[in-house]
Amino acid sequence: MKVESLPGCARLSLRELFGLIVAVLREIFDESAYERFLDRSRLESSPNAYAIFRQENEQAKSRRPRCC
Amino acid sequence: MPKILRVLFWIAVSLLGALALATIALHRGEQINALWLVVAAVATYAVGYRFYSSFISAKVLALDPLRATPAERLDNGRDFMPTNKWVVFGHHFAAIAGPGPLVGPVLAAQFGYLPGTLWIIAGAVLGGCVQDFVILLFSVRRDGKSLTEMAKSEIGRVGGIVAYVAVLSIIVILLGATALIVVNALKSSPWGTFTIAMTIPIAVLMGVYLRRIRPGKVLETSVLGFVLVVAAIFGGQWVSETPSWAAIFTLTAPTLAILIIIYGFAASSLPVWLLLAPRDYLSTFVKLGTISLLAVGIVALRPSLHMPPLTRFADGTGPVFAGTIFPFAFITIACGAVSGFHSLISSGTTPKLIRREPETRMVGYGGMMAESMVAIMAMIAASVLQPGVYFAVNSPAGIVGQAPEAAATTISSWGFPVTAAQMASLAHAVGEQTLYNRTGGAPAFAVGMAQIFSNTLGGEAVMALWYHFAIMFEALFILTIIDAGTRVGRFMLQDALGHIWKPLGRTSWYPSILFTSAVIVAAWGNFLWQGIKDPLGGINSLWPLFGICNQLLATVALCVATAIIVKMGRVRYVLVTLVPLCWLVAVTFTASWHKVLDPNPRIGFLAHARQLAAAGANPRLIFNDRLDAAVTGVLVVMVAMILIESAFECVRVISGQKSAATKEAPFVMTRLAMEEQA
Repeated sequence: MKVESLPGCARLSLRELFGLIVAVLREIFDESAYERFLDRSRLESSPNAYAIFRQENEQAKSRRPRCC
Repeated sequence: MPKILRVLFWIAVSLLGALALATIALHRGEQINALWLVVAAVATYAVGYRFYSSFISAKVLALDPLRATPAERLDNGRDFMPTNKWVVFGHHFAAIAGPGPLVGPVLAAQFGYLPGTLWIIAGAVLGGCVQDFVILLFSVRRDGKSLTEMAKSEIGRVGGIVAYVAVLSIIVILLGATALIVVNALKSSPWGTFTIAMTIPIAVLMGVYLRRIRPGKVLETSVLGFVLVVAAIFGGQWVSETPSWAAIFTLTAPTLAILIIIYGFAASSLPVWLLLAPRDYLSTFVKLGTISLLAVGIVALRPSLHMPPLTRFADGTGPVFAGTIFPFAFITIACGAVSGFHSLISSGTTPKLIRREPETRMVGYGGMMAESMVAIMAMIAASVLQPGVYFAVNSPAGIVGQAPEAAATTISSWGFPVTAAQMASLAHAVGEQTLYNRTGGAPAFAVGMAQIFSNTLGGEAVMALWYHFAIMFEALFILTIIDAGTRVGRFMLQDALGHIWKPLGRTSWYPSILFTSAVIVAAWGNFLWQGIKDPLGGINSLWPLFGICNQLLATVALCVATAIIVKMGRVRYVLVTLVPLCWLVAVTFTASWHKVLDPNPRIGFLAHARQLAAAGANPRLIFNDRLDAAVTGVLVVMVAMILIESAFECVRVISGQKSAATKEAPFVMTRLAMEEQA
């Protein structure tokens, strides 16, 4: 699911609301980031592709502060 | 909706909020329902969001829907990327919600539920939400610059250095204080310790599953991990009831502290993503789920608050931490009302995802409102406990004594009846040997949460499971912050040391990694060790120190925001940030003065050091107090410097001695608006 294509305003149907919640969770849990990585690097999902994705993301993620 | 209906709707919401606030403020002698707190908060947040944030958006910040954000201009599909506002909201909330809004209100409940609740609501609407919102927008307009970079470019070099030191200090003290909370929650608790220990093999299993079997399926893996953690909670019960296993997992506070210090060092210096990344996902999953569950539990059950609105400890003699309501309630509750740490998130990942400027309102202001609601739920969880139980759990042995009978007698003499038998029965019900002297807030929160949950699902028979679920949730959450925080601190130190000697700045050079990890771990490990050796329970010293640091960071953030508003030529609206800034200066400087110089040894670090010296105590304890005093003093002096520098900068701009030029990125028309219209 493309996050950018989601409706961003009120008056959501239940289905859209569910889709939105799933999209939020997929973003928080990096599933969407992995999909974007696969698109960008034209790779199929595989243990190797995931290992490359993790390496690429590790540095950026490690620097993100998390609040108290 | 017709205008007249809208007006009537908002009048009704305002009146409902006023009624709820009046009820919680004026009700005396009778218990009130927790729902009054929820209604007061929700109605005030709704009015604040609809009117105050709208005013700030239109008049102060002049949000421009046509201005391209860095997410659009610098889109690289990784850091910078236009993202749906609800997704950014979820991301932002997951980053700002930590143990702070859960622990702070529980500790502040010693004053009664009223001071903390009013501060959470008013502080969030007028201070915390404003800070998060304006810093987010200013970072968006500066290509996602960090608070430190903005302080440097808008105020001067001193601003940048102070922001850097404040950030590093707060990280170190936060890690020490939160590690102490975990130690106090797990000491002598084989059930809790086993459950948390099991999260390590569970996370490794998740890592293998995620990497080898179902690459990238993080949600699915997190659900699997959650099921295993719940199984570990049941396993913990068996462990605690089996003497040979219970002996292995019954650990003292120093042992737990050493294990956590080793864990922090390993997490920062070893390539252990197989453990850390899945644990991080699991922690986020459990955090979001538990907060939602708690909200549902409170609304469904509508428990009564047993804590009075105000207790006798408003006079500053509280056993949980010493000090009067002003300023101590306001530094004890930081996250949930105003948290400087949020300005790091608002000027970190979030501004790089914002698609359109107007969305900063919902993400920045709205995200903090959601965090504040979590703090209200924590206040409710603490206040549903019988006050005698609350004080028995949260009071250190140094105040109430070690023996159960003596502690119960002392607490009852304060007017909060509790008996040793009642505490023994409660400890048995939650599967613990004792609940006395569990300072730090986490166990009290867990008992309150277990009471709410067990009344909703399962009854008293499953109270122990709910209690250990809550402890697991908090400990997992905090350990994730410890490993992430140690790494962030290590990177910051490497960045700074790189200016002195280049190789130390190389984040992939192993000697530098080991050295900087050791420095950061030693720094927070020292505070942790100090906490477990402190006869007053540690939290009495560490949590106020953390609160002061956090609010000083908020002072820096609001200073930066005020200077930018002045430079934008909007001096007439400067009160929006200047009022919370003045309040925080008053709070933090007064609290710092008390913590350093107050003659009461329970409050002032130096007075306590003198008392210990007179009693011939361990020199290490005396050094700890002096160190705390020095840290507080240095931070206050540095923040005073940034205040003076930004005040001069503002005066120069207002008086026309300096041109009112901000360092915003040049205006570029957005393409997204046109694409949406097409």
